Amino acid sequence: MAQMNMVQAINSALDVMLGRDQRVVVFGEDVGYFGGVFRCTDGLQRKYGEHRVLDTPIAEGGIVAAAIGMGVNGLRPVAEIQFADYIYPAFDQIVSELARLRYRTAGDYCAPVTIRTPCGGGIRGGQTHSQSPEGVFTHVCGIKVVMPSNPYDAKGLLISSIEDEDPVVFFEPKRIYNGPFDGDPHKPAVPWSTHPKGEVPEGHYAIPIGKAEVVRPGKDVTVLTYGTMVHVAEAAVRLAEVDAEIIDVRTMVPLDVDTLCTSVSKTGRCVIVHEATRFSGFGAELSATVQEECFWQLEAPIARVTGWDTPYPHAFEWDYFPGPARIAAAIRSVMEAR
Amino acid sequence: MTQSRLHVPHPPARPGETPDFSYLEIPPAGHEPRPDTLAPALQIERLGTGMVRVLDEQGRAVGPWNPHLEPEELQVALRHMLLTRHFDERMQRMQRQGRISFYMKSTGEEAVAVAQGMALQPGDMLFPSYRTQGLFIVRGKSLVDLMSQCLSNTRDMCRGRQMPIMYHWAEGNIFSISGNLATQFPQAVGWAMAAAIKGEDRIAASWMGEGSSAEADFHHALTFAAVYQAPVILNVVNNQWAISSFQGFAGGERRTFAQRGPGYGIPGVRVDGNDFLAVYAVTRWAAERARASGGPTLIEHVTYRAAAHSTSDDPSRYRPKEEWQAWPLGDPVKRLKAHLIGIGEWSEERHAALEQELEAHVTACWKEAVTYGTLSDGPTLDPMSMFEDVFHDMPAHLKRQREELRSLTAAQHAAAAAKVPGGEG
Repeated sequence: MAQMNMVQAINSALDVMLGRDQRVVVFGEDVGYFGGVFRCTDGLQRKYGEHRVLDTPIAEGGIVAAAIGMGVNGLRPVAEIQFADYIYPAFDQIVSELARLRYRTAGDYCAPVTIRTPCGGGIRGGQTHSQSPEGVFTHVCGIKVVMPSNPYDAKGLLISSIEDEDPVVFFEPKRIYNGPFDGDPHKPAVPWSTHPKGEVPEGHYAIPIGKAEVVRPGKDVTVLTYGTMVHVAEAAVRLAEVDAEIIDVRTMVPLDVDTLCTSVSKTGRCVIVHEATRFSGFGAELSATVQEECFWQLEAPIARVTGWDTPYPHAFEWDYFPGPARIAAAIRSVMEAR
Repeated sequence: MTQSRLHVPHPPARPGETPDFSYLEIPPAGHEPRPDTLAPALQIERLGTGMVRVLDEQGRAVGPWNPHLEPEELQVALRHMLLTRHFDERMQRMQRQGRISFYMKSTGEEAVAVAQGMALQPGDMLFPSYRTQGLFIVRGKSLVDLMSQCLSNTRDMCRGRQMPIMYHWAEGNIFSISGNLATQFPQAVGWAMAAAIKGEDRIAASWMGEGSSAEADFHHALTFAAVYQAPVILNVVNNQWAISSFQGFAGGERRTFAQRGPGYGIPGVRVDGNDFLAVYAVTRWAAERARASGGPTLIEHVTYRAAAHSTSDDPSRYRPKEEWQAWPLGDPVKRLKAHLIGIGEWSEERHAALEQELEAHVTACWKEAVTYGTLSDGPTLDPMSMFEDVFHDMPAHLKRQREELRSLTAAQHAAAAAKVPGGEG
């Protein structure tokens, strides 16, 4: 086992897949010679050549469209959109083309494209480098949506995404690229080497898409979350001093309803946490699902803790960020409700 | 004091006015030189302002672009163009009779798809637009299949998921037509990039109308094609009209669409789109260039949309009825026919016999297509199939929804049966 941060784990997944499968190509803005602005593709062009690891023009719509064409021609493209905030010029190609190609051709054509994109805030990125648009993509039929919360999952889920027959939008929470951030920006940064999920096998392994993980077993309340917020929720649970069960959703589409609802049925209480804005956010889908499946087991109304319904403000990001205090307050409130 | 003023383009003629195509510069046939296929893009910029034409006013094939095709090939071309036209006419009538929901004819621009389909290799990948049905006809897709798609019947290649004319044909290397315009242009470039990455000699070609060249996808396609010198032919079919917007609204007033090519470092070739020989020759030139690592070519086909945009459109509300008759580049079918007659390889009698044969073929195909079901009767697709192919493997939430629809449908059937006199219950 090697120690890897999330950037190294993603790099390793790409390296493994480029080495195993001649059809895999990796491209995006600055990913080739330079190795990516977050270094996720560092060294890959030197190793695999510029026909397989390419820099592209700054045109997200063109990147995804080219990936679709390559996928149709038998390749397994892994396209990087440099920031999730930049993905919108590619929205038509993702929603109207990539997601529906298999459907509209009754299975005669498909494009197994993986779109990697860093998301989330807490990096002083303001409203154009901080967004978490995963909910937008979960509303589209025909794409899978994944967000890992640690290096081990990042590598295994990225390998699964590349091997998947369907298109996958793979969100990388950039605040935890280098360490498991617990929501307190004033504490010294903690590296992944201190965390068990920073131990990552060098070779090939896959974590199945569509499986959530119980990251902290507990009996009093279920916290459903993903990405950076898994670690923030862990801090919040310590703060609230409650025996909470924390579930890392990991895959938004398809959703592991069984794992989520088994837990809520057991605890009878549910708090949903995500960094994205609240209104029509993915938490709304989680809340509705839990209500539909677990209504008779619920002891209290489901609570959501999310980013406020404003753009991500540059100067006030820690007022915006759903930190441990807000989550802990929601957990206590759900525990008190009868 | 100066004041800026907005220029809102106006077409040269509106309904009730005299058609006016004086804005088109049309050089005589044979006028344009034919450069070497690997000539640098910026040395052949004039191809974007002139117009490659081979068939002259007398129907003779003249000049350096004459592809010197055998008469048999020209007869096949005429057959494909006429079949496209007869197919279009029939489907339009079937829409008017309520047998299909929608249709789009390619009348007046059949030479583009037919000549290009014939000039390319069968392994070359085509990314069509919605008015290039001639590509399917050239590659031999059965009309029964095309009609069945329009009928959403049990033989529909799209399994009832797409409105009429959104065909595809994987075995024939023809991509799926999208209702979102221009999306196929950069996809074709990606396909071509993959062909080059894999070291194949196949190339890609794509089509869009001049109207949708205003989409960002056009810019993405040209940029990526130029940057990677992808083996792709990008065609802008300038048929003068995008529904009610004339080509000036896509930026055609001051520059030709072909002239955009050199702006990206790509050759731009403007061709008489109603001249089968010219379209064929230009396509061969671009294909040779692409296959020899010479990179992409942008071709503007100057043609005219003789029919309505679609069966939902009424062009008499925005353009003169007589425009098609006044169109200076004529009718591609008549021009190829005149050429064949001129070289002694065709006659009015043979033409009439061919038309009769094709009309009978279309009739027979329609009769067969409706046996696979229509919108109103005959065999139908299973609605439960709508849940398939969203993903490669059906996830749990779609299985649940399919079961929900299945029970609902079963309950409705049971209720209907109960109401029938003598029925159960």
